Amino acid sequence: MMGEPLLRINDLVVEFGRSRWSRFRALDSVSLDIHPGETVGLVGESGSGKTTLGRAVLGLAPVTAGTVAFEGRDITRLPRRARRELANDIQVVFQDPYGSLSSTMSVQEILTEPLRASGIGRSDSIQRVRTLLDQVGLPANSGQRYPNEFSGGQRQRIAIARALAIRPRLIVCDEPVSALDLSTQARVLDLLRQIQDDTGVAYLFVSHDLAVVRHLSHRVAVMYRGQIVESGNASTVTRTPSNPYTQRLLLSSPIPDLNRQRERRMSRSMLQPQSA
Amino acid sequence: MTLFVLRRIGAGLVLVAVIVVLAFFLLHFAAGDIARTILGPTASVETVTAKRAALGLDKPLLEQFWLWLSSATGGDLGRSWFTGQEVSSSIVTRATVTVTVVIGTTLISAILATVLGVLAAVRRGVVDAGVQVLSVLGFAIPGFIIAIFLVDVFALRLGWLPATGYVPFSQSIVGSLRSTALPIAALSIGAIAAVAQQVRGSMIEALEAEWVRTLRSRGLSTRRVLFRHVLRNAAGPALSILALQFVGLLGGAVVIEQIFAIPGLGQVSVQAAASGDIPLVLGLVLAITLIVVAVNLIIDILQGVLNPKVRVS
Amino acid sequence: MKDARLVTGHVSTVDQAHAASSRPRVFRRLLRNPAGLASLIFLVVISLAAVFAPLIMPHDPATIDIHAVLASPDATHWLGTDGSGRDVLSRLIAGGLVSLTAAALAVGVAAAIGIPSGLIAGYYGGFFADGATWIVNLLMALPGIVVLLAVRSVLGPSLWISMAIFGILMSPAFFRLVYAAVRSARSELFVEAAMVSGLRDSAIIARHVLGAVRGPIIVQTAILASITLAIQAGLGFLGFDDSTVPSWGGVLTDAFANIYRQPQLIIWPSIIIALTSVAFALLGNALRDELGRTTTRRRGAKGQVEQTSVTRSASLTPLEPGVLLRVAGLRIGYPNSDGMAEVVRGIDLEITRGSVHGLIGESGSGKTQTAWAILGLLPSTARVFAGSIQFDDVDLLDRSAVSGVRGRRIAYIPQEPISNLDPSFTVGSQLIEPLRSVLRMSKRQAIARSLELLARVGISDPERTFHSYPHEISGGMAQRVLIAGAVASNPDLLIADEPTTALDVTVQAEVLDLLREIQQDSGLSILLVTHNLGVVADICDHVSVMKTGQIVETGPVEQIFNHPSHEYTRELFGSLIDEDDVRPTPEPSPSRSDLAVTR
Repeated sequence: MMGEPLLRINDLVVEFGRSRWSRFRALDSVSLDIHPGETVGLVGESGSGKTTLGRAVLGLAPVTAGTVAFEGRDITRLPRRARRELANDIQVVFQDPYGSLSSTMSVQEILTEPLRASGIGRSDSIQRVRTLLDQVGLPANSGQRYPNEFSGGQRQRIAIARALAIRPRLIVCDEPVSALDLSTQARVLDLLRQIQDDTGVAYLFVSHDLAVVRHLSHRVAVMYRGQIVESGNASTVTRTPSNPYTQRLLLSSPIPDLNRQRERRMSRSMLQPQSA
Repeated sequence: MTLFVLRRIGAGLVLVAVIVVLAFFLLHFAAGDIARTILGPTASVETVTAKRAALGLDKPLLEQFWLWLSSATGGDLGRSWFTGQEVSSSIVTRATVTVTVVIGTTLISAILATVLGVLAAVRRGVVDAGVQVLSVLGFAIPGFIIAIFLVDVFALRLGWLPATGYVPFSQSIVGSLRSTALPIAALSIGAIAAVAQQVRGSMIEALEAEWVRTLRSRGLSTRRVLFRHVLRNAAGPALSILALQFVGLLGGAVVIEQIFAIPGLGQVSVQAAASGDIPLVLGLVLAITLIVVAVNLIIDILQGVLNPKVRVS
Repeated sequence: MKDARLVTGHVSTVDQAHAASSRPRVFRRLLRNPAGLASLIFLVVISLAAVFAPLIMPHDPATIDIHAVLASPDATHWLGTDGSGRDVLSRLIAGGLVSLTAAALAVGVAAAIGIPSGLIAGYYGGFFADGATWIVNLLMALPGIVVLLAVRSVLGPSLWISMAIFGILMSPAFFRLVYAAVRSARSELFVEAAMVSGLRDSAIIARHVLGAVRGPIIVQTAILASITLAIQAGLGFLGFDDSTVPSWGGVLTDAFANIYRQPQLIIWPSIIIALTSVAFALLGNALRDELGRTTTRRRGAKGQVEQTSVTRSASLTPLEPGVLLRVAGLRIGYPNSDGMAEVVRGIDLEITRGSVHGLIGESGSGKTQTAWAILGLLPSTARVFAGSIQFDDVDLLDRSAVSGVRGRRIAYIPQEPISNLDPSFTVGSQLIEPLRSVLRMSKRQAIARSLELLARVGISDPERTFHSYPHEISGGMAQRVLIAGAVASNPDLLIADEPTTALDVTVQAEVLDLLREIQQDSGLSILLVTHNLGVVADICDHVSVMKTGQIVETGPVEQIFNHPSHEYTRELFGSLIDEDDVRPTPEPSPSRSDLAVTR
């Protein structure tokens, strides 16, 4: 049975822009729970606020109102030191596997950095890196190599290993497979599933791709213009949505099946008149 | 666009105000006993006191500033402590000389730098290598050394052009051109080097932009895409460098005017600085800041015309 | 641009094993760079001469020999004597110490002010950054020499004070560099990842941010040293330094004063000042080149081929009826260090009239290169070394022939909409321009046609879009504008390179609808480059599957989708994310079944 949520987001508002006139509301009272060991998919188009929500959880976006609580503790506006300690519990995997790894550091250095920051000794760190590389399916000698020697999919595995390094309870995955080729996408998603089954980590999984979200999530929330317009279990939301926007989103995404795509196109044209 | 221009003018005036205030107080604080300095160590205490009163230096500094400011806004910048000449009139006559030389240099550099930069970016190869060498040399060799070299060759050895002096435009056009040819050449080389380098860089960047391929796919000729689109997009960054160069040229003119004995702002500046003539120095600071602000304003407006995004922000 | 990035960016694992940037490498490469090595040697020699000046000076630089004023070079005075009868060579050597120390002082002051303030302003932003930026703009608007003159007027002549002040005036050079570098590093994902990893600010700055600015700072230091040296000689020229202390500027001044009596005196100080200044500038340039080289990735070496001359079929054979475009045996490569990296390796492709032909493949498969080759718009470094591209009766590998059909009978829709519009011109003027210069319409006709096209592609307010700049419209709208531009000439063939990849799915569906509609109305053919099998299913009649520069399978979509014969095609379909594989929903918690806490 599910007890207390791991993460509870309550009426969160995030606004950007300094002056009163140029203020832009990226999140408009968003509420969301994530329980231990589950994946909550967050799906939406560009500008919907899905990435901002992930960043707010990580403390990288300015929160105007509302709260984010981790295991019952308010983490909305933590001082730097407390935020650093929270790194043991909440980690991140970013979209761009090229930008998220420093090109001047070896994989070993990249992976030990969070370990050392959390106070783990050198020899323990090295031992842990070996385990991590094995866990994400990279060769054991990868540690001495540099990120630019790896392909996009392999880099994303390094990023996942870094996120896992200090055994967090929650990982925010911000479009982790969007920059990857189709064949690589599926393998990285399977890895994420495998890790969740093994470690019981929870994911907040942000993506614009309904198929990807469906594959990994237990529950799904759909965002549109800063608000959650529909949420529920993955199967319902991604197959038989009730919200008109979610329906449009679902039908807009073309599927590689000739007959079914034709049907989809028909149902989409009946759904709504064209808007420019 | 009007709002954009007004905002730029406002920012320029704030800049002038800040610099003038800073200059006034720093100069007066740092100067020590001015009357004593002017009269020398042999003067008696009485004459020094009298001199101090005559110059208004016995009043509180804030009051002195107020007096200076109120007459300055009316165009009266006081009189030189040493020659007794009116500061404003002696600056205006010299400023026209310096501005003529510097504006001439700016225009010539802009044109030549554009030609060289475009050629280097489009042709690459030998032309490019030549422009690269020129820009390193032009950047690194000080303008006054080039000036000395030019004097040595074209004035002393070949005797084609006068080594020193300045003929106003109103007096003789040919004479004026002849007298400014060497100073402008000496000043231009560094500016050409810097601007050509920037033109080349931003041309190459613009040539790699995706819209170049799209415009060409529409059937437009390479030449048309190059001159109408690429050059226009490359002009913005080049103009910014030109604005910075202008400030540098004003400084360079100070030394160049010494070499060619041109009666411009540079000569007055050196004299005023050597003697510690604070009213004259203040007037010069004000004049030069005004020139810089005016030129930056013109370049900002040009930027606004060229780049629609600038106008908005 | 997905493919282009791959062509230049794809690297094999073995190749790059040790390409990671590290300091000793840059230094070693600097020694191999001729200009860098030469300037480094020169500067070391000059510095050593300056440091050991007392030991190597042939004469005391201050000793005045009234009998040998302005002497020509001879055995005692190798470079002659100056206006006061002092030995010029000794004064130049002694002056080196003064001049170089003064330059170091100015650059040091500039670095001490500019680098820390740039770091703080860049990393923390806020009011400090605003204030610092304002001061920097103020400093940059001041002509340095004028400030120095003002300072001199009250503090008297001192080279050291002048150089310290000049250091302050130069500090914006460091500030702007560090500020911009830190600002961009600050928004790098790896810095954010480090923050989330729990690193302290000091550790992040030291390990991630300083690494990014270290190289540019060294380059800037060399360049500023060059400037300072020039300025300092100029100040000496204006009589700013103590005449008792020898400096290069002082020697030059003295020589210039005597230029009529002893012209050769001017040569040596000029040369030494110019050479040192040039050496610093060259060193800076060489450093910049070598640092830049570490970050650029090498071209991928896939199939190595010897560089042969183009073996194109000289005469065109008429195309079969119904065929609009035929690509045969096309091979494209990019020269690299070991010959040629081949990105398109002999492909055959036929597009029939009125069909939508999909070209599908993963990144790096060469599909975009193929599209560009058809348009005759490959990057200038690309080489087509075999094959033919025939469009109707036109040889598209013939440069003049292709420019005759491009924009008239063949049109192009790019991937990324906003960056494919010239930011400096309005949408309208970019639509009108080809209509007027290629299709020879009058201005009035062109405007009318443009507005008609904008309405045609589903833009609700054509007038307003017509007068907008690219940055004022959305991505979806920009893609519609690009489609309008492409169909303006009623082309026979439309090359669409990932036309919906950069768009949101709902917009993608609308753009695909629009393309389908235009295709059905006008009967044109489309070559649609994509990586998305769903897009192919939605719009294409035929499809070719491309992998590492070759077409592995081609045919009608029904055939490829229902009975893929090549292993790679089956693999592509196999790697699709399984739709039916949904994870079991956790048992609903007793208190609430929905995940939203409150609504």
